[in-house]
Amino acid sequence: MAFLSKKNKEALTSPIGANNPILVQILGICSTLAVTAKLKPAFVMALSVMVVTAVANLVISLMRKGIPSRIRIIVQLVVVAALVILVDQILKAFVYDVSKSLSVFVGLIITNCIIMGRLEAFALGNKPMPSFLDGIGNGLGYGMILIIVGFFRELLGSGQLWGYQVIPQWCYDHGYSNNGLIILPPMALIIVGIIIWVHRSKNTSLQEK
Amino acid sequence: MDLRKLVDNIKPSFEEGGKFSALHSTFDAFETFLFVPKTVTTRGSHIRDVMDIKRTMSVVIIALLPALLFGMFNIGYQHSMATGANETILGNFWFGFLHMLPLIIVSYVTGLAIEFASAQIRHHEVNEGFLVTGLLIPMIMPIDVPLWMLAIATAFAVILGKEVFGGTGMNIFNPALLARAFIFFSYPTKISGDKVWTYGLDGGLTPVDGFSGATPLSIAPNAMANGTTVDWSCLPVMDWFYGFIPGSIGETSTLAILIGAAILIFTGIASWKVMVSVFAGGFVMGSLLNLIDANTYMQMPAYYHLLIGGFAFGAVFMATDPVTGAQTETGKWIYGAIIGIMAVLIRVFNAGYPEGMMLAILFANAIAPIIDYYVVQANISRRQKRVKCSTK
Repeated sequence: MAFLSKKNKEALTSPIGANNPILVQILGICSTLAVTAKLKPAFVMALSVMVVTAVANLVISLMRKGIPSRIRIIVQLVVVAALVILVDQILKAFVYDVSKSLSVFVGLIITNCIIMGRLEAFALGNKPMPSFLDGIGNGLGYGMILIIVGFFRELLGSGQLWGYQVIPQWCYDHGYSNNGLIILPPMALIIVGIIIWVHRSKNTSLQEK
Repeated sequence: MDLRKLVDNIKPSFEEGGKFSALHSTFDAFETFLFVPKTVTTRGSHIRDVMDIKRTMSVVIIALLPALLFGMFNIGYQHSMATGANETILGNFWFGFLHMLPLIIVSYVTGLAIEFASAQIRHHEVNEGFLVTGLLIPMIMPIDVPLWMLAIATAFAVILGKEVFGGTGMNIFNPALLARAFIFFSYPTKISGDKVWTYGLDGGLTPVDGFSGATPLSIAPNAMANGTTVDWSCLPVMDWFYGFIPGSIGETSTLAILIGAAILIFTGIASWKVMVSVFAGGFVMGSLLNLIDANTYMQMPAYYHLLIGGFAFGAVFMATDPVTGAQTETGKWIYGAIIGIMAVLIRVFNAGYPEGMMLAILFANAIAPIIDYYVVQANISRRQKRVKCSTK
């Protein structure tokens, strides 16, 4: 299919696997630790970052020939900031409770290294279509990790998934209790570490000698 | 039946190509546990000491025995106090032994299973590091800790505290303390408060009048929370020293711990410098707080700090861990002093953490490499200066 040429497909899929922004480039760790205590905010955050990355990549790629390289960071920031404000307003309008629980971290998407990294590394030198796909791919790669971390933290930390109780009362009556450590950000970092461990042992070319 | 012959008979099936070659590490561990290996190195000269890791660990286990046996007795003693029963010493000990045994078994089974599995996966020999850790973990737990929590904490400590760093001798943090920290932060209600230190009290046992189960650590925080003061001169300090108080299983008796310390120092296993500087650091910090004299906790005589909670146990068995501590001789003094000072500071200033010893040691573990680095650098620059001055 012409739509997904080999290069485009590569741009879309490599950030999900071997070139994952969190697992390989270790970017975006701050928000990964901050918003993953529950699955729902993690999912919304993942979606927001994906939209911002993809659209920012598209816009910057369209403008790439007109941007003087001296002020390109400012231009990128303006584009990203505009998109983040849009996302913030949409979240406030439609999912107000999640927006409340994400609090400042929606605004801080603008400082997410993944977005600036993709703009600098990819969008400034590629055509709009691959850039857009690259943004989607990186957003997916980022979101995938957020959802995995959020899944384990909500399940083990609160006994819930997506706000619904999944660990039955029966277990609590027989001595089970929720793990308080996993709610704290340090344990999120350890979970990310374990995911990196699994990822490296599957992708042997990434292992440092 | 000769044991040596039996081992030699089954040996071939565990060698490469044998029926059970996958279990080679396991076999090797048991063989060297029974017999000193007679392997001779073929190249170069190696100086070997009879005190290999196995013998070292065995001595630490022996040093832990006084505290362990007293801890078992104290479990029964505290339970008798709570129920008002008039038990004999032996009866108390037997009660404690029966209730301590499951904790030890769970800790060893979980930890050794992970150790053996990871040695098998990596084709390493099974290391003996867990021999001591497996006993330390139950000794720093309250008797009422649920067994499944103990198993998870042990697994966490062994996998993420030790194996990911490369196994025995490579870990940054003391695995036993990591297990305790894991429970402390994950399930705080099971390892703090007044009720968990006496068997059954958390599970609905109604104690006789006058028995609260509170540890000496909570005297000052409770008094401050109620707005009262404590008359420090009227407390049963000798009981604190002998250990007839509620607390984590192995840590209550300072006397039994000091016997262990004597064994460790006499055999040269643990560094006396670390022990002395931990006690000195705690005492100096306590004395400084006496001078500040701002609340009733600060008025507590400084040497009380060394008797209560896990201070002595941490100083003797945890801080002296040769892997996670400072390696340089000067560094050991600094490292120990930091532990003592931090432990007292955390106790007095942070109401959320009644016992600061665990956090102090973990903190010192983290900065031990930095201490060593600067001690070595200081030595280098001192000698460079000497060379420069003498050549002038």
